[in-house]
Amino acid sequence: MKKQIPLIITFIAGMVMVLQFFIPHRPFSDLQQLFNSWFLIITVFAMILGLGNLLKVHTKRLQRKPKGWWYSIVLLAGFAIMFIAGMVWGIERGTFFDFLFWNVHLPMSSMMFALLAFFVASASYRAFRARTPEATLLLISAILVMIGRVPLGNYIWDKLPLVSDWIMSYPNMAGQRAIMIGIALGIVSTSLRIILGIERTYLSGK
Amino acid sequence: MNIIERFEKIDRRIIFLLVLFAVIIPLLFPIGFEIKVSAPVQKFYDAIEALPPGSMVLVSSEYDPSTMPEVYPMNQALARHCFAKDLKIIGMGLWPQGIPLNQASMEQAAEEYGKEYGVDYVNLGYKAGGIVVISSAAENIPKTFPLDYTGRPIGEFEIMKGVRNFDNIDFIISLSAGDPGVREWIMIAQGRYGKKVACGVTAVSAPAFYPYLNAGQLQGLIGGMKGAAEYETILETSGTASRGMDAQSIAHGLIIFFILFANFFYLLGKRRKK
Repeated sequence: MKKQIPLIITFIAGMVMVLQFFIPHRPFSDLQQLFNSWFLIITVFAMILGLGNLLKVHTKRLQRKPKGWWYSIVLLAGFAIMFIAGMVWGIERGTFFDFLFWNVHLPMSSMMFALLAFFVASASYRAFRARTPEATLLLISAILVMIGRVPLGNYIWDKLPLVSDWIMSYPNMAGQRAIMIGIALGIVSTSLRIILGIERTYLSGK
Repeated sequence: MNIIERFEKIDRRIIFLLVLFAVIIPLLFPIGFEIKVSAPVQKFYDAIEALPPGSMVLVSSEYDPSTMPEVYPMNQALARHCFAKDLKIIGMGLWPQGIPLNQASMEQAAEEYGKEYGVDYVNLGYKAGGIVVISSAAENIPKTFPLDYTGRPIGEFEIMKGVRNFDNIDFIISLSAGDPGVREWIMIAQGRYGKKVACGVTAVSAPAFYPYLNAGQLQGLIGGMKGAAEYETILETSGTASRGMDAQSIAHGLIIFFILFANFFYLLGKRRKK
């Protein structure tokens, strides 16, 4: 029973969602709405569970004091401040929460992503080598797309943006479509295996 | 260590320093490269232009501060374009951090064009659930988003009167930096409900959406800061994207120089070893 009930629930939920796509009428459309509502409620609880887990992990780190344990203080303090600010004064424009978002979270988050520019430059210098014919092809197309997609490319040669667009619209699109079709087929087969109860790893890992 | 080996093992701090200069100098002393509008951005603009005044545009923000330099200028330019055309905006988001950014964009544009919150635009906020949120909103918006982002019931707002589901939405824009994002909007809003969908995405993810654009599933595509700068150019405004294009041009040029320079010494070293 421990396994059969989850399998039955999975089968019913999966089949309803498949059928409602092809038959968008009652009772399937009503069931879709009902399942959607359930999903949205469960998602919120999953988020609460995630937050609880995060707090538990970092509280334990404070107790054990491994290397870099003080980072957990920063995390817990940041969490508490944002949580209290949002709950007490709200999240609309002009509140303390909004101030923290624009003046603390936003610059720090942007800074982390901006560092990528430096690492990309360093990696391109160290690792992007024409070792094989395939790597050379990749290198040439990367250079053409990179330079063709900024105004500088137009100054070097006015046809460079067209070359870049051609690479994006044809070779890139063909590759992307092949990947997308492959992924879609994989999703369909895995979903069917789960709905039909062939794939049961989500139940007990066996 | 000979000169070839020295260049191959150059200190990365020198590279970092050069990148820093390549970004900072054009920002301080703008060059003013001409920005040419590409076909996907022009298509996006034309799709908005084709909407009659009073049309309902749903702008969903699926990005966060880390991708803000690329996506936020699109958000600002699109809000300006919509209000200039007297279109109404319903904001929402599948990423929580995108909500204040979308709100700031709408507020800024609303101030410029004299638009009012609740009448000309509204922000429904964030709802967890990704693709299911889209699916649920497609059937019933008030049930999916009973409150706006500040917690006020959406029934209070004039703009939401008569808005029940996707039948009342004329155009959907997803400003996305990852999943859930554009793909989910295409799957549900376009694929299932036949709505017109367009997107603004980061430069790194733009290649993945060309198949949808060429298949007609996307009405337009704004890719990265360059795309945002192109949109600003069409609108004849100068925003942060246009100002950043000089720095991006020089930085791209520098990275290409690094690649060519490193490969030159790599091939030279390889020939010498033979």
